[in-house]
Amino acid sequence: MVSSPNELFNQPLAVINIGLKIFAEALQEQAVPCVHVDWRPPAGGDSNLLAILAKLNS
Amino acid sequence: MITRNVVKKNYYSDSVTLMLLSSRIAKMDGVKEAAVMMATEHNKELMMRSGLLLPEAKTATPNDMIIAVTAEDEKSVEAALQTVEEYFAEEGKSQASFEDEMVITRTQDTAVRTLPGANLALISVPGRYAANEASKALDNNLHVLLFSDNVTLEEEKELKEKGAAKGLLMMGPDCGTAIINGVGLGFANSVRRGPIGLVAAAGTGLQEVTCLIDKLGGGISQGIGTGGRDVKAAIGGTMMLMGLKALAADPATRVIVLISKPPEDAVLVSLSEALKSVAKPVVTCFLGARVDVAGENVYPVRTLQEAALKAVELSGLAGDNVANFIIPDNLLQQTAAVEAGRFSGQQKYLRGLYSGGTLCSEAIYVLEPLIGNIYSNVAPAAQYLLSDPETSKEHTLIDMGEDYFTDGRPHPMIDPSYRAERLRREALDPETAVILLDVLIGYGSHADPAGALVPAIVEAKEEAAAAGRYLSVVASVCGTPGDPQDLAQQEEKLREAGVILMPSNAQAALLAATIIKSCSNTR
Repeated sequence: MVSSPNELFNQPLAVINIGLKIFAEALQEQAVPCVHVDWRPPAGGDSNLLAILAKLNS
Repeated sequence: MITRNVVKKNYYSDSVTLMLLSSRIAKMDGVKEAAVMMATEHNKELMMRSGLLLPEAKTATPNDMIIAVTAEDEKSVEAALQTVEEYFAEEGKSQASFEDEMVITRTQDTAVRTLPGANLALISVPGRYAANEASKALDNNLHVLLFSDNVTLEEEKELKEKGAAKGLLMMGPDCGTAIINGVGLGFANSVRRGPIGLVAAAGTGLQEVTCLIDKLGGGISQGIGTGGRDVKAAIGGTMMLMGLKALAADPATRVIVLISKPPEDAVLVSLSEALKSVAKPVVTCFLGARVDVAGENVYPVRTLQEAALKAVELSGLAGDNVANFIIPDNLLQQTAAVEAGRFSGQQKYLRGLYSGGTLCSEAIYVLEPLIGNIYSNVAPAAQYLLSDPETSKEHTLIDMGEDYFTDGRPHPMIDPSYRAERLRREALDPETAVILLDVLIGYGSHADPAGALVPAIVEAKEEAAAAGRYLSVVASVCGTPGDPQDLAQQEEKLREAGVILMPSNAQAALLAATIIKSCSNTR
């Protein structure tokens, strides 16, 4: 599907916030629909496990 | 000295929270050094180098958190650990109320299914994971604002090409600010809506120009961020061009403003070409550019302030606000003469301490023609780059949001304490005459940046007075009356502390230069 920024300009903004909570709070203050992703490092940040996961996914 | 480590198994908190906490306990009485970090290999390495990591914590995994404290005595260690525990207890409560009010998911895919009509992802995960999340967001047909830095140039190129192919905005990496459909994303201000659309490769540049437009009575249609590297040839200005095209086609936008550092040649060529087919007036503010784009409907300007003034003028909204905005020269000279008359014989240098990188650059370009060379950690000319960003030399401007200062420490817009400390240090230099500051408010910023700087300003002024000197402090507040921090209150706090406030960063720099010139004229 090809979208365009101009389509976005004509839609109400609805945001997925991934990471810092302060940005989700700011959106809440502005009454913008938002879902916050409570992000954690995949595989607990273990680089060996990450490499294995990447191989499995590819 | 005693060093103690506490490992909290399977306990996660984001880096901003942990850096704020680390800097808080490091300042406690008796504490020499402290760090609260997730136990990644990189963080353990950092802690080892500063002697904070004990053998028993070496086996901690990236899922674990390490609290490390070095202090004078057992009592100070205990007090620090107690503070950390209290902080997390408090954090737990605020997390609970956050969870009550906010829908929270563990993955992006679940979030997309949970929020029908989701159209934008705001991503601020650590750099090494950021490209993956952004790519996934584009796959989910979401426009993206990627706040994270430490994303490689190759990853950025790939993401932007993917976004462009799908007609999706790929703002960033390292994009701090955007205003989409009137909503402030990242570090942004609450500005009036109106006919001026912007594309900016400079976060605090976008903040300053949109706030000044608001102050001048104008309004913003869209403020699209690109991330600072977009105008490099390797990226090709993909987002700048896409933003320009979108604003050109947007019926709500009548005037377009482009803000960035000087685009590399190839990008300048593409921009010039694209501008030929734009029927709307375009103000270009390429800070420090020697070559500009030309065109019948193109208005190159030198500073962020000029960009705001020109855009408001072109949008036809210029009214009384504009006439009152520029402080008249005679008033500037008078103020400068009064300030300069209070210095002692040795005082002659300007020291600027900035939290906004683009504001720091703008000030350098305003100051250099007036008072000569400015040393800086972000100096445009190599011979004026400071070899040690911790030590000022003659006239110096420091961008305290630059990587050197933010490695392991929160950005000064989130935590002004290191800037306050530096201010005290600069004031002790008997040759320092004027301190120049920016104060940024808005979404995402510290809840009370003026309040956090004021004790240091008052103390610095008192110490200078006790030593027979006078310290002049000049600043501007980048913000609007709609911002959560209360602009009027922020300004009042600074004025009460004896700070001279100017209506823009460019005018603050101009006054600072006039004071310096005035003091050299009177000697």
